[in-house]
Amino acid sequence: MTMTETPGRAAAFVDGSHEPSTKAAPARRAQTARKWLEIGVFVAPALLLFIIFVLVPVARAGYYSLYNWNGIEELTKFIGLDNYTRALTDDDFLRALRNNLFFVVGSIAVQLPIALGVALLMNRRMRGRGAFRLLIFVPYVLSEVIAGVMFTLMLQPHGLVDWALSPVYGLLQTLGVDSPRPLWLADTDVVLWTLLLVISWKYIGFAIILFLAGLQGINPELEEAAAIDGASWWQIQRRITIPLLGPTIRIWAFVSVIGSLQLFDMVKVMTNGGPAGSSHTMATYMIQQGFERSQFGYGSAVAVILFAISFVAALVYIRFVLRSDNTSSDDREA
Amino acid sequence: MKVRRRTGAAAALATTAAVLLAACSSGDASTGSSDSPDGDGPVTLTWWHNGTEDPLNSFWQTVADEFEAANPNVTVEIEAIQNEDVSTRIAVALQSGDAPSLFQQWGGGEMAQQAEAGHLMDLTGLVDDELAAIGGTAAPWSVDGTYYGLPFQFGIEGIWYRPSLFEQAGITEEPSTMDDLYAAVDKLKAAGVTPIAVGAADQWPAAHWWFNFALRSCTLDTINEAGANGDFSDPCFVTAGEKVEELLAAEPFQEGFAGTSAQQGASSSAGLVATGNAAMELMGHWNVFVMTGLVDDPDALTADLDWFPFPEVEGAGDPTAAMGGGDGFSCYVDAPTACVDLLKYILSEDVQTRFAEIVGGVPVIPAAAAGVSQPTTQEQIEVASDAAYVQLWMDIGFGPNVGGALNDTVEAMFSGQASAADIPAAMQAAADNG
Repeated sequence: MTMTETPGRAAAFVDGSHEPSTKAAPARRAQTARKWLEIGVFVAPALLLFIIFVLVPVARAGYYSLYNWNGIEELTKFIGLDNYTRALTDDDFLRALRNNLFFVVGSIAVQLPIALGVALLMNRRMRGRGAFRLLIFVPYVLSEVIAGVMFTLMLQPHGLVDWALSPVYGLLQTLGVDSPRPLWLADTDVVLWTLLLVISWKYIGFAIILFLAGLQGINPELEEAAAIDGASWWQIQRRITIPLLGPTIRIWAFVSVIGSLQLFDMVKVMTNGGPAGSSHTMATYMIQQGFERSQFGYGSAVAVILFAISFVAALVYIRFVLRSDNTSSDDREA
Repeated sequence: MKVRRRTGAAAALATTAAVLLAACSSGDASTGSSDSPDGDGPVTLTWWHNGTEDPLNSFWQTVADEFEAANPNVTVEIEAIQNEDVSTRIAVALQSGDAPSLFQQWGGGEMAQQAEAGHLMDLTGLVDDELAAIGGTAAPWSVDGTYYGLPFQFGIEGIWYRPSLFEQAGITEEPSTMDDLYAAVDKLKAAGVTPIAVGAADQWPAAHWWFNFALRSCTLDTINEAGANGDFSDPCFVTAGEKVEELLAAEPFQEGFAGTSAQQGASSSAGLVATGNAAMELMGHWNVFVMTGLVDDPDALTADLDWFPFPEVEGAGDPTAAMGGGDGFSCYVDAPTACVDLLKYILSEDVQTRFAEIVGGVPVIPAAAAGVSQPTTQEQIEVASDAAYVQLWMDIGFGPNVGGALNDTVEAMFSGQASAADIPAAMQAAADNG
């Protein structure tokens, strides 16, 4: 990208040792060829990797998805789009899709207010700020599998979570709630909420760190000026800080949405889609159908659908939500 | 939320989704050498097994070393693969044509798929002595009478229990019928003990209850024909589900069993029995080793751990029939013939005996049974030899597609989300899609 933006400098460097040419047109052609050669040399390795490891697999998944294929035999049973109609009419897949949407909405609804609040509170000088930031970031650094196993153990009936919440259960019982202790991972009505809480715990540190970084980029003079004009702390946050943090929040939400659509490892480790398939996401469903059941054609169709949904979501978000952020400085200057 | 990388969102998705399913031909499968298989030139055998843990891991290495010493022109390269990854890795390797010479094989439907695709070596006439010694338990490694692999271990399942908890509840005899079992469940509950642990989160442990009920409700022919023809319309499959419903109605399982795994940690179903928090568990022959791995004092556990065969259930199936499964190996179709020699060596009386002694496995060569020291394993070998027939785990027998649907639906039934009729319906749907 930098090459295309600075052709003048690149050309000057390249032609530095040459006499000033009188034949302008061939020289410019040579320059252009040179420029494209350089672009090619720099871009080729990355492009090659992208083609081999991204585009070709996607294309092959698309190809496999048109077959009924168990992954071992020859690709002979061409069935057209049957795998796609099967997926889109399959109750389990549609439930997995709904679960993904639940995580998309749920993680923003849970994490945004908390992360924003914590970031605003921590964006001031105080003792132990570094230690707080470190603590908050620890869950995010922890491996998904370790966090998943840890919570699976803590969430067992009469496990650590139940022990910690036992006063709450006692209170609820005196208030007349029959059996207030939920089966965190074993109840089809509860398990999604449990996962949402664990996932929020895991990833909220990322949101907070991102917001804190965004807050560092806000000119403190704006806030000082507002304070001098008599604005309260709350007014400053609401009218100045949060709006200026908008681009950061929108980028975080984008990452969160894509992450929710692709959610796999925490669910795989904690519930493996259960109980009774109630916590499958599209990704865990895909692995179950594709690999565990040797339905590679069908699994590929699910993969393509998952890819299409994420891709469209990303495009729509970039086009409509991130547009003002992307076209920021350059356009305004122009 | 699951956040990995910002700019690579679409790319990351494409790689996780598509690469996994499509292009994952891992290139580290060095195949058998291309040298003439019968000559004395150097031959390299690659061997994939699931023995990632000791003692099995070092035992297979010893076997390979001994085989190399006896055959100086042969080099054996071992790769131990995590159990859950074995099927996928092998499927991909077979598809790529760059497959290991000798590899883990559980028989049944999955093996039949590999054989139909022409990836497995036909062992007809090459292992006659071994087949004669192993007998009927080798059947799951055959397709229409042709053998494409051999088991080195085969065991049956039954109910593991803690005699001390039975005593505490006033149960004096091992339950031999379902009525006995229900009576024992009531007594254990009255004594404040969780009667039965099940790792329903892993699905197959729940499904094994259905397997055993189906084994007793359906004749052997019904089960075999259903698997071969993909027709699960026989009413005995619904009956099996109704028996699971009866079992669930007795509420014998631990609290929150739908979220319990089978083998991981003290809160797993094996862990609950091993730590004395539940009295019984339906599980295969390996359970004693899983349980002893979860406690500090394995000797104290094995002193207070016993086993009885699955109780009798009224139905068309033979009351002595047993449910079981085993581990075996297949040779790749293009593997050097030394692969068969290695397989024969693995099944020699000497190696089988040491397999029982050192690993604690259940050998398939009767002469090697002398190496078995675990009393529960000895009891299982006796029950198996008295059984009218031993049926391979149904999820494996029916293959991953139908078997997966079966496991899923039984697990859903455990969570109250499926009925007895849903189980054969789901198997039928899977068979029709396959």
